[in-house]
Amino acid sequence: MSPKKLNLKDKYKLLTRDLDWEFSYEDRKEAFPYEEFEGIKITDWDKWEDPFRLTMESYWKYQAEKEKKLYAIYDAFAQNNGQTNVTDARYVNALKLFLTGVSPGEHAAHLGFAFTGRQMGGIGARVAAQMQSIDELRHIQTQIHAMSHYNKFFDGFDEFNHMHDRLWYLSVPKSFFEDARTAGPFEFMIAIGFSFEYVLTNLLFVPFMSGAAYNGDMATVTFGFSAQSDEARHMTLGLEIIKFLLEQHEDNLPIVQKWLDKWLWRGYRLLTLVAMMMDYMLPQKVMSWQEAWELYFEDAGGALFKDLERYGIKMPDYTDTIKQEKEHLSHQAWWIFYQYTHAAAFHTWTPSAEEMDWLSEKYPDTFDKYYRPRWELAAEMEAKGERFYTTGLPQLCQTCQIPMAFTEMSDPTQVVYRESIYNDERFHFCSDPCKSIFDNEPEKYVNAWLPVHQILQGNCGGGGLDKVIEYYHLEDGVANLDFEGSPDAERWKDWKGVA
Amino acid sequence: MTIRALRDDYHGEFKDSLEKFGGLQLVYLGWDKHQMFCSSRAYPLPPEMRFQELLDNVMPEAFGQHPEFTQINWNRAQWILDNSVFEPDHSKTLTEMGIGHKSLLRLVTPELTGYKGADI
Repeated sequence: MSPKKLNLKDKYKLLTRDLDWEFSYEDRKEAFPYEEFEGIKITDWDKWEDPFRLTMESYWKYQAEKEKKLYAIYDAFAQNNGQTNVTDARYVNALKLFLTGVSPGEHAAHLGFAFTGRQMGGIGARVAAQMQSIDELRHIQTQIHAMSHYNKFFDGFDEFNHMHDRLWYLSVPKSFFEDARTAGPFEFMIAIGFSFEYVLTNLLFVPFMSGAAYNGDMATVTFGFSAQSDEARHMTLGLEIIKFLLEQHEDNLPIVQKWLDKWLWRGYRLLTLVAMMMDYMLPQKVMSWQEAWELYFEDAGGALFKDLERYGIKMPDYTDTIKQEKEHLSHQAWWIFYQYTHAAAFHTWTPSAEEMDWLSEKYPDTFDKYYRPRWELAAEMEAKGERFYTTGLPQLCQTCQIPMAFTEMSDPTQVVYRESIYNDERFHFCSDPCKSIFDNEPEKYVNAWLPVHQILQGNCGGGGLDKVIEYYHLEDGVANLDFEGSPDAERWKDWKGVA
Repeated sequence: MTIRALRDDYHGEFKDSLEKFGGLQLVYLGWDKHQMFCSSRAYPLPPEMRFQELLDNVMPEAFGQHPEFTQINWNRAQWILDNSVFEPDHSKTLTEMGIGHKSLLRLVTPELTGYKGADI
C-alpha cells in the first residue's frame, strides 16, 4: 500500500521529471523540431539541474497568496486616492513609459517562454520555462492593474496595447522581443532568460521600482515586491541555461558567445529608455544612470563574467564603448523625446534649474559641456512662446530602431554613422554592434518594421503628422506635447489647490 | 550564412525597397555638429529633383528651426554623401549625382559652430 502523503522529494520528482515519457513509436526529432537548427549540441538533458525546485502545485499556492496581498494593497491605494500622493504629476509619465514600453514586453516574454517550454527537449528545462511563462503573464496582468487606477486620472495609459504595435519609439522594445521570439529556443533562452533576466534585469526593475518608492507610488512599488521572488527564480533559470549549454558541448561556446555579444548590446540599447527615465523623468531621483550602470553592470556583471571565464566566455568587446556612453546616454535620449514629444504618449519638459544642477554634479565631465546648452536653447525658445518641437521624421537604426542620435565617444558631438550594403540596398546603424548584428543575419533585419519608413510609405494613416497621430490613437493636445499646459498638469494643480 | 532559420531557403522581405515609396526615394539629411536636431531626418523625394530644389524647398523644412540656418553660405557649404566627400552640381538631379535610395547626405558648415559655439 502506498503512503497517503508523498514526501517532498518524491512529490517533486513525480510532478516534474516524471511528467516526461520515452518516445516509443514517434520520432523524437519530429516532436522537438526546433532543437537542432541553431547548432547547439545537447548530449544529456539529465544533466540539467532544476533551478526552481518547485512543483506546479506549490507554485499555484505560493502565487495565489502573493496575489491576495497585492490586490488588497491596490484596493487600498485606489480608495485612498493614492494618485494624489505622488511627488509630482510629472512622475506619472515614467509609468506611462512603463505600461506602454515595458509591460507588453512581459507579454512577449510570456509567449517566448511558452514556446521554449514546449520546444526544448529536456523536461526539467521545459517545466522551468513554463513556470516562467506563467509568471510573465502574471506580471503584465498585475502591472495593468497597478496602473489602471492612474488611468482614471492621467492621459496616455488607455491605448497602451494599440500603441505598442504602432508608436515609433515602442517599436524599440517590440522589435527587441520579436527578434528574440523569432530565434530558436536556445537563442531565446540566452537572449531573454540569461542576458536580459539575469544580467540586465536589475537595471530595468530596480530603477522603476525604486523610482516608484522614492516618488510615493505605493501601487507600483508593491507590484515590484510581488514580482521580486519571481524575478529571483528567473535569474536562476537564466544562469542554469548558460551553464548547461556550455557544459554540454564545447562546440556550443562560440554560438553562445555570439548570442551574448548580440543580446547584451540589444538589451543595453533598450535600457536607453530607463537611463532617461532615471535622470530626467523622476522628480525625486534615486541615483543617476551612470551610478546604476556601474553598480549593476560593471560591478555585478563583471563578477558574473569572471565566473563564466572558466567556460571560455569573454566580456563583449564593446563594453568599453558602453562605459564611455554612460555619461551621455540619458541626455541624448531625453533630447530625442523632448523634440518629438508631439508624437509621443507621454509628456516631456525642460529640466528645472535644480535638476540641471543635479545633472552637473552627477555628470561633471559631460553635462555642462555638451548638454546644459541644449536645455538653455530649449528654455530660450520656450520663453519666446516657441517651444521646440522639431520638424520631419528621424533616421532610425535598422537594428535597434532608435533614432540615429548616439555620438562618437572620441568626438561626442559627432553622430555615429555606420552602414552596410546588402542586396544593393543601403542600411544604416547607430553603432558598430548594431551593424554587426545586422551583418550577421541580414535576412532577418531587412524585414524590420521601421516606424518612420512605414509612415513615409503611407502605412500609418497616410497623409501628414495629424493622420499619424490619429492612427496612434493619440488625441492631440492631451497625452502628447510638453507637460506644461497639459490636462495632466491642470488636474494636478486643481487637486493641489495651486492657481 | 545570412540567417539562422529553420529552413535554409528562408528570405526576409525587404520592407523598405525603392518600389514601396510610390515613385519617390528616401534621402536622409543631416547637418553635422548641429545637435539641436537629435538625428538626421528621412525625406521621400523625387529622384529627378534638382539639387537646387533640395536646397530651396527641403533644407528649410529640415533645418530652418536652427538659429544659424539663415547664416549658411550655400556656395561654401561642404557635403558628405554616404560617408564620402561630395561636390554637388546645383543644376543636376539626385539620380544624376548618385544620391540614391536611402542615401545619407550630410551638410558640413565648419564656420558655424552651433548654439553657444557648443555644436548644438
